[in-house]
Amino acid sequence: MRSRLFLWLPLALFAFFAGLAGYMLTQDKTEFVESAMIGQSLPDFALKPAFDGLPGAARSDLVGGQPRLLNIWASWCLPCIAEAPQLEALQAQGVEIVGIAIRDRPEDVANFLARHGNPYTRIGADDISEVQLAIGSSGVPETFVIDAAGVIRYQHIGDIRESDIPILLAELEKAR
Amino acid sequence: MIRVLLTFLAALIALPLSAQDTMPPAPYAYNQLDDPALEAQATALMHTLRCLKCQSQSIADSDAPMAGDMRHQVRSRILAGESPEEIRAWLVARYGDYVSYTPTVSSSTWPLFAIPALLILIVAAVLLRRLGRRRVDAGDAS
Repeated sequence: MRSRLFLWLPLALFAFFAGLAGYMLTQDKTEFVESAMIGQSLPDFALKPAFDGLPGAARSDLVGGQPRLLNIWASWCLPCIAEAPQLEALQAQGVEIVGIAIRDRPEDVANFLARHGNPYTRIGADDISEVQLAIGSSGVPETFVIDAAGVIRYQHIGDIRESDIPILLAELEKAR
Repeated sequence: MIRVLLTFLAALIALPLSAQDTMPPAPYAYNQLDDPALEAQATALMHTLRCLKCQSQSIADSDAPMAGDMRHQVRSRILAGESPEEIRAWLVARYGDYVSYTPTVSSSTWPLFAIPALLILIVAAVLLRRLGRRRVDAGDAS
């Protein structure tokens, strides 16, 4: 009798795995790859200006004084349009935002800022995504909190919504 | 009216296409290294690194601009004298184990390696016992 029951074990195992697979199909899949650089020092970089209107961006521009936001974006990125007013709201609260434009053209950057507003103090041009890769960012837009010592403290993946502003302000406060 | 609707429809279909940059690819995104031995090292590594934009492809297989930029990193670092495993470690430090297709033993993956070994041991033990018993049975019969 015991060995007869034992025969059902493979079927039970199969049912378990089928059930598990079915359950996982109903679960949300996160497409986001989080940066493993949180808590690490911002890597060294120096990027040329993304267009004539603002200076470029280097690591030294993000170190010292108050914590800042490092915004990874691009003029060809649609969620970045949705994010633009939220960045302006953060700037209005006194937050300094340094931009890095990924694979972008100066005229496109200028057009984007003229149309959607300019919350940045500096924008560096990252034509081959090298700084993006160096800080563990896997898409646009992404926003990092950098503290005065140049340590990456927080990563926001995707466009900033109105509901994200208190979170970012709190993270900036924590990074003080 | 229909023409207006069609125009809107066309604009909707065209939108995803506009969410791509028009910049030329990075120098080593599509150009091989001159030294065939170094290029072979770079290619072997690129086949084991995950594209972050198109997560089921390796960066060697993907045409996403970001995959091109990652290939540029791989080739230029190989050219600068870094070893493939140093480059993998550099990327893993930024994106975690997820970026590498080469399985590693870690605190979350060790059962994947331990369970098959354990199963083989159990099967071996059962087989040994059964075969041993059969031999004893055969000895009794003769």
